Amino acid sequence: MMNETNFQNLTAEDFRFAQHADKIRDKKPETKPVGYFRDAWRRFKKNKASIVALCIIVFLILFSIFVPVFSHYDMSFSDPVYRNKIPKNNILAHIGIATGVYEKELNTRAYEYYASIGIGASYDRETDTEDNTQAVGAEYSAIRSIAGKTAERTVTKMDAYLEIGFRYLSVTQEEYDSIVAYEKETGEQVLYPMVDIYDSSVADTEDANYWFKVDETGRAVTDSQGNLEDLYMRDADGNVVYSVSRDVTGKMIRVLYYKYFVYKNGFEPEFLFGTNSVGQDIVVRLASGIRLSLLLAFGVSIINLLIGAIYGTIEGYYGGTTDLIMERIVDILAGLPFIVVATLFQMHFAKTAGIVPALLLAFVLTGWIGTSRRVRTQFYRFKGQEYVLAARTLGAGNFRLMFKHIFPNTLGTIITSSVLVIPSVIFSESMLSYLNIVNLSGTTMTSIGAMLSDGQAVLASFPHVIFFPALVISLLMISFNLFGNGLRDAFNPSLRGVND
Amino acid sequence: MAKYVIKRILLMFFTLFVIMTVCFVLVKLLEPNEILDVTQAEREEAIREALGYNKPILVQYLIYWKNILTAFDFGVSFKIEYLGSVNSVIQDRLLPTILINLYALVFSVPVGILLGIAAALKKNRWQDHVISTLVMLFVSVPSFVYAFILQYLFGAKLGWFPIQMASVSSTGGYFTWEMFSSMILPILALSFGSIASLARFTRAELAESLTSDYMLLARAKGLTVGQATMRHALKNAMVPILPTIIAMFANILTGSLIIEKIFSVPGVGGLYIQSIQELDYNVFMAVTVFYTFIGLAANIIVDLSYGFLDPRIRMGAKK
Repeated sequence: MMNETNFQNLTAEDFRFAQHADKIRDKKPETKPVGYFRDAWRRFKKNKASIVALCIIVFLILFSIFVPVFSHYDMSFSDPVYRNKIPKNNILAHIGIATGVYEKELNTRAYEYYASIGIGASYDRETDTEDNTQAVGAEYSAIRSIAGKTAERTVTKMDAYLEIGFRYLSVTQEEYDSIVAYEKETGEQVLYPMVDIYDSSVADTEDANYWFKVDETGRAVTDSQGNLEDLYMRDADGNVVYSVSRDVTGKMIRVLYYKYFVYKNGFEPEFLFGTNSVGQDIVVRLASGIRLSLLLAFGVSIINLLIGAIYGTIEGYYGGTTDLIMERIVDILAGLPFIVVATLFQMHFAKTAGIVPALLLAFVLTGWIGTSRRVRTQFYRFKGQEYVLAARTLGAGNFRLMFKHIFPNTLGTIITSSVLVIPSVIFSESMLSYLNIVNLSGTTMTSIGAMLSDGQAVLASFPHVIFFPALVISLLMISFNLFGNGLRDAFNPSLRGVND
Repeated sequence: MAKYVIKRILLMFFTLFVIMTVCFVLVKLLEPNEILDVTQAEREEAIREALGYNKPILVQYLIYWKNILTAFDFGVSFKIEYLGSVNSVIQDRLLPTILINLYALVFSVPVGILLGIAAALKKNRWQDHVISTLVMLFVSVPSFVYAFILQYLFGAKLGWFPIQMASVSSTGGYFTWEMFSSMILPILALSFGSIASLARFTRAELAESLTSDYMLLARAKGLTVGQATMRHALKNAMVPILPTIIAMFANILTGSLIIEKIFSVPGVGGLYIQSIQELDYNVFMAVTVFYTFIGLAANIIVDLSYGFLDPRIRMGAKK
């Protein structure tokens, strides 16, 4: 303090820099710099619902990629005998889900019919007899257990896969030989004795399950020990016959279909989500449907983003007459109902360009309008600002101004809108294929909408066929909407610093 | 104002004209229908001749416009109602569509707004969370999924309502109880989506106006919470909500394609699908024009209603 006015005695020392040894520079920030996207990500992470949604999306994507790799079945697989079968998985069955077993109430005649399947499957070639204890709960018994019984009716737990029982098949000589070779190799019995269909006691000559004798009322005839009496076709020596020649090449055989399936495919019939009305595996088709939906949605979203961004940029930046003309074009396009566009595109281009490209074109034709309007608005907001003026003064050209200076301001909104396009594309695509305007139920690919349409036909009797596609499309829609909303909140700078 | 309205309407007709032209050409480029009924071949040939089907597309187009402008005639159906007029085909299908949409609207507007008000008043409390979560679910889940659930649960499992809409011949009219009960499931399926979106919209708008300064003033001058909410907050919140309700009313003429298919409603949406599947081009054209016109008209009505409802917006005023 006292030196402040004492100017006379200043020495040269006093005029030296306090830190003359080294130069003073701005310190590097000790914390990491936070960019726009990092900031958005930080806010996004706080939104738990969006994170869950993101996880579901990732799970569904992985599901659609890896299911076809690990599944026994492929898209072209179909077995009409096992149609509309309820879910079954041998591993999950241990914990009581997807057992393939359902409750069925049977009258006495029906009970005998299903009980005979297990007994018939126990046919022993050595002794030419069946084992009557195999009616319920044995390896190939259709009836797994009995849940309740009254005088008239029996409530049973029925295996949906074993209730098929026996089938007549017509095969060529080579197929027959290969089945016989398979039986020798594995010791499994696939072929069962043919039934003498000319015997008057056969209840139904078309149904291979009637191998036992019935009386006039349709009830099974039993011998003194309570055993069913077989009606097998026998040759002159009394041996059972396993095939009947139909014509020059064909043979009729009678197989236990469950075992025949194992012979034909090399694995037991089990479908995790069940089968649809033509006996196709729902899991694999669902994976294909998700893949198609997602690829289409991502494709549409990216193309819309590109076209919309460029169109909106030109409109918004130049303004004036350019804007007016381009806006009128947009007005006309926006007036086109999407459903009409999609229909006409299918009619015209589905044959030449393919169904999916035609669908993609229909989505793209009017889909970019939303993005272009958002970009245009942002350009109007920013193009008159001082920093743009400054950049122009410093010699920045139109192109540089557009894409280097103004366009980054639109990024947040257009990323959000592109993500929110995805659920709407998924919905529209499934709607179009549900309505059969777009026909996508082939053996190479399918759509969730086509699966819903299949399932609706058997809604009342086999709800599982529609349940899984409906569940998946709901999950897709909910999670993409939540994810998109989370992104919108994260990118919206007006929420900066607000903690709710 | 009048100038603005006229400008909008003229623009609408121009847009409609362009869309119709494009659709007409695209439809005409498709394979023509073959004659369905050989016994009627002579009559059909005469109709085709009158519509100019053997002449170039341009001439056909002029004939098409001439018929529309002079007689409001959209041609003849060659498949759905053999050789019947397209106008009457559409008229027959309008009533079921209007009825179902109207019932759905009458049900969903009050429920949606009330739910939205409840959520906004109890903002960030459990009532709000419950309503908001449900709204989120119902907005996202596609309408056909809950149509299936309704159909399975109430139609197939419990058997309370028929799975599909009854036909007029079996119930003897559209205004019988039997008909109404068969309409309940499609009405519910249509309502859930609009209830959810209305509730969400109302909640957002009302929550914003509840925190405005004029609410503070209203409370300061002695109004109760109820009075202030009813007279000030709700009135202001309704300004953007009403136009969406008006738009919903404009759209009751266009049937929901998917709901009509699921419940086999004999409506306009079903007609559209049928015309595609059976390739009945004139019906397809007419329904397309109908849909486009209603879409465009609804847009104008909504834009104009903003001006009527909100004195702050002056239509056509220079900026």
